[in-house]
Amino acid sequence: MDPDAEEQMFAAVIAADEKIEPRDWMPDGYRSSLIRQMAQHAHSEVIGMQPEANWILRAPTLLRKAILIAKVQDEAGHGLYLYSAAETLGVSRDELQRLLHSGRQKYSSIFNYPTLSWADMGTIGWLVDGAAIVNQIVLQRTSYGPYSRAMVKICKEESFHARQGYSIMMTLVDGSEEQKAMAQDAIDRWWWPALMMFGPHDSESSHTEQSMAWKIKRITNDDLRQMFIDQTVPQAHYLGLTIPDPELAFDEETGHWNIGEIDWEEFWATIQGDGPLNRERIAHKTKAWDDGRWVREGASGYAAKNRSLDKSA
Amino acid sequence: MNTITTQSPLATYIVRHADDNVIIGQRLAEYISRAPELEEDLAVANFALDHIGVANHLYTYAASVDGGQSDADALAMMRSEREFTNLLLVEQPHSDFGELMARQFLFDAYQVGLWGALSESSDETISGISQRAVKEAAYHLRHSSGWVIRLGDGTQESHDRMQSGIDRMWRYTEELFFSDELDQEMARAAIGVDPAILRTDWERVVDDVLEEATLTRPSDPYQTGGGRSGGHTEHLGKLLAEMQWMQRSYPGMTW
Ligand SMILES: [Fe+2]
Ligand SMILES: [Fe+2]
Repeated sequence: MDPDAEEQMFAAVIAADEKIEPRDWMPDGYRSSLIRQMAQHAHSEVIGMQPEANWILRAPTLLRKAILIAKVQDEAGHGLYLYSAAETLGVSRDELQRLLHSGRQKYSSIFNYPTLSWADMGTIGWLVDGAAIVNQIVLQRTSYGPYSRAMVKICKEESFHARQGYSIMMTLVDGSEEQKAMAQDAIDRWWWPALMMFGPHDSESSHTEQSMAWKIKRITNDDLRQMFIDQTVPQAHYLGLTIPDPELAFDEETGHWNIGEIDWEEFWATIQGDGPLNRERIAHKTKAWDDGRWVREGASGYAAKNRSLDKSA
Repeated sequence: MNTITTQSPLATYIVRHADDNVIIGQRLAEYISRAPELEEDLAVANFALDHIGVANHLYTYAASVDGGQSDADALAMMRSEREFTNLLLVEQPHSDFGELMARQFLFDAYQVGLWGALSESSDETISGISQRAVKEAAYHLRHSSGWVIRLGDGTQESHDRMQSGIDRMWRYTEELFFSDELDQEMARAAIGVDPAILRTDWERVVDDVLEEATLTRPSDPYQTGGGRSGGHTEHLGKLLAEMQWMQRSYPGMTW
């Protein structure tokens, strides 16, 4: 096919809301945008294991411990799906991990905040997985086939995570004064970072316009954020928790909740590596990778030996 | 809050095995997010879940045997170091993946035999739990012995590290087969098993795997024990301090 025809074919698939598949022609920019976004998404799943792993050993009951382990395990699985989906674009998981470790690829800023009490396990499930779901439900319609299919798989598990988180919150607000205070303290710390998960305002987002045109992104940051706010504020009220925003108000005319201004300085600092735990998160990940080198080498040494044994046999 | 103790010999017997599982589950859980590959994070989490699940079933049953005064979480979270009756092997910390897998392999080989024997228990609940657990243990053993073999027969470095993991954990393996009066009482009643009879099969599995892994069976005769009567190494107390911290700090609450 000549180059013009390929480009027209790509445009036609996008226009018809069909999926681009790994072997289809795609513009270089489309490919690199997808790699960036999918890698960032995969890294977020994997780095996101750390703040919750921080509470596995201290979980208050055996059942809560098991549920939390299962959740962190799911996140590792999400990382795996997403890395393999990204690999269909011609990059390797190892290469993407190197880019993460060296700080050249990002992950969601939310995971740079510390988990300081058991209530944080509830709040993360409720708010962080809740925000991820808003994002990912829309991404099921993204134009790249393998990414879209990974999202369908992942979304089912995320809704289980959000329900578990909400169940922890329900138990806390029905509990003692100490437990209620723990729940309020958690939402005080996580509310704003959760809103930041949707990224900068549309006007500040360098990738939005092109990503929307390619239908990688289907709804803008600000609109997704608003969807999340509108679904979450009534849940917080139901729990009897106060949202830490004095300007929060319901707009009768639009039917939406309006919020005060997000602290964008904090957002950019965290994105650029200066959040509370950016260095620790990467150090933890890099240490695990470095500590595991001899294991990976051992496994491939064994595989190589046994291949050559097979040949000589 | 009062100290939780088991009353009947049956409950005491069940709790020993529950303790083994909760403690090794906690040790495995420490490793989540620290594995050499994401696939191994998944596997380790899976095994932690299986062990904690078995512990939960066994504690629940022990509590009901004793009349329902206590429950699984109280048994796990409100007993002290001297009241835990797990084997010393499972409480040992790991300094690397080789030690983690050595501990797991030696224990999995024991549990395959244990659950196999307890599947025949005259106590229906114990045999039910064991029939499920034996399948999980067999799967764990395939995984851990696979690693012992690959690492033992991998590179020089992986060989040396796997060997030193086995050496480090070996001194706690005699204890797997100690039998005390309670074991014998439970075996006579056809409820439990005398651990001594599990040794032959265990040795066969371990020797075969070590041989395939090109590893040496440790010759250091030093062995230690005492876990079944609450005599532990210094590692257990710290593990419990972390595991029990919430229930100890906020007693009597619902989570
Ligand atoms: Fe996830
Ligand atoms: Fe999740």
